[in-house]
Amino acid sequence: MSAIYILWLREVKKYSRSRVQIFASLGQPLLYLLVLGFGLGPVFQKAGGGSYLQFMAPGIIGMAVLFTSVFSGIALLWDRQFGFLKETLVAPVPRLRIMIGRTLGGATVAMLQGTLIMIVCLVAGFRPASLLGIPLGFVFMAMIAVVFAALGTAIGSSLQDMQGFQLIMNFLVLPIFFLSGALFPLNNLPKALSFVTRLDPLSYGVDGLRAALIGVGYFGAVVDAVVLSAVAVGLLCLGAWRFSKIEI
Amino acid sequence: MIRVENLVKKFGDFTAVDNISFEVPKGEIFAFLGPNGAGKTTTIKVLTTLLKATSGTVEVDGLNPMTHENEVRRRFGIVFQDPSLDQDLTAWENMELHGVLYHVPGKIRREKTETLLKLFELWDRKDALVKTFSGGMRRRLEIARGFLHTPKILFLDEPTLGLDPQSRNQLWTHVKRQNEADHVTVFLTTHYMDEADRVADRIAVIDHGKIVAIGTAEELKQKTGTRSLEEAFLALTGSTIRDESATSTDQLRQVAQMFRGGGRR
Repeated sequence: MSAIYILWLREVKKYSRSRVQIFASLGQPLLYLLVLGFGLGPVFQKAGGGSYLQFMAPGIIGMAVLFTSVFSGIALLWDRQFGFLKETLVAPVPRLRIMIGRTLGGATVAMLQGTLIMIVCLVAGFRPASLLGIPLGFVFMAMIAVVFAALGTAIGSSLQDMQGFQLIMNFLVLPIFFLSGALFPLNNLPKALSFVTRLDPLSYGVDGLRAALIGVGYFGAVVDAVVLSAVAVGLLCLGAWRFSKIEI
Repeated sequence: MIRVENLVKKFGDFTAVDNISFEVPKGEIFAFLGPNGAGKTTTIKVLTTLLKATSGTVEVDGLNPMTHENEVRRRFGIVFQDPSLDQDLTAWENMELHGVLYHVPGKIRREKTETLLKLFELWDRKDALVKTFSGGMRRRLEIARGFLHTPKILFLDEPTLGLDPQSRNQLWTHVKRQNEADHVTVFLTTHYMDEADRVADRIAVIDHGKIVAIGTAEELKQKTGTRSLEEAFLALTGSTIRDESATSTDQLRQVAQMFRGGGRR
């Protein structure tokens, strides 16, 4: 337990010390929120979708959690490069615990980041349907964070160096974001696109966030929670397996 | 305590360790000498569960590091050749993290950390982030951290690289003390022949992945008809200079320096 805790604490400490990065990482979601939110808002409203800002805010929160958690997992590559990974790999602690500590730490950091974005959304004019939805929103944030921190760990354990990073970014992380329905409603989509969005775990995360925060869900909160939990278990196993195979 | 038989480790076509065999009895200080790229670090990585052998038998305290990773990891401590600190944490936090991972109880952990940081003259800077440390200070911290727990076997991979003579002296004094008081078996590699001559009970010379000689410093000198260990070493391994090929980690380091230059680190 103490090994999991100390590695979790390490992630949180590193996050809280990187003030510049925290600030910088707010830039992209802000851009989406303000430019798309206000830019596409009138069109969205005319099409009968209501307030686009209301619709998109949960998606942007999901995006922030996705990016932060995947990158926290891929930060494994930095640890490999600066040597710290070796220190944990030879320690007399089962690698599963090391992986869990790191992943939970990354997930916590992603939740902190998601919370920051939620505050930004509230400032920008986003209003949750009810205050009771906010705790449920945090539950979904946590599930998204664990799913993608585990995915990040699996990726970080499998890559040898940063060359694969662009590939992962362009062919995995960005598609996960764009196909999740963070920016558009999932109903009335062309068949092929509708099929792909259903394969994207983030679709269920964003949908869950929407159900919790604005009371509108496509799959429904229960389905979302079940799918996310199942994917989380699967990816944690994958991450643990990949992590146990690391050789330096 | 350590038994290696016909160990082979290949990376693709390249044979890093080519059929070596040796034994290190309990309580011995054993030095592994060899030019760059001879296979020293690879051997240590196989012994410390970081790499899997291509073929051959390896035993650490009677256990196979490939199948009993956790049991083996519980038995050794290691000071790595290249950095393994978390630069975004302070010196104190690095020690804490290590102590927790190695199950050193809280009170002993804090006392020992204080003693070791004072011994290696890092106490004044204990709350500074490691990334603000000079190369020598980082090296001293790595070594202080390596002594935080008392293992059965201590691996030291070129521990004195970049250390000043004072710290070097502290290091070997400490190693000797652990070896004598707690019967810690020590497996070390170094490029400084005088160190090997001074501390090691037995020495193996490895070159191109093969062990070319093994014995006490005296035996090696007699065998080669030379007067110093340095001369014996050169007689055994020739005088050509070796280059290690850059590993993917080294390449990654260069990329990272490009990305991060002037930024965070």
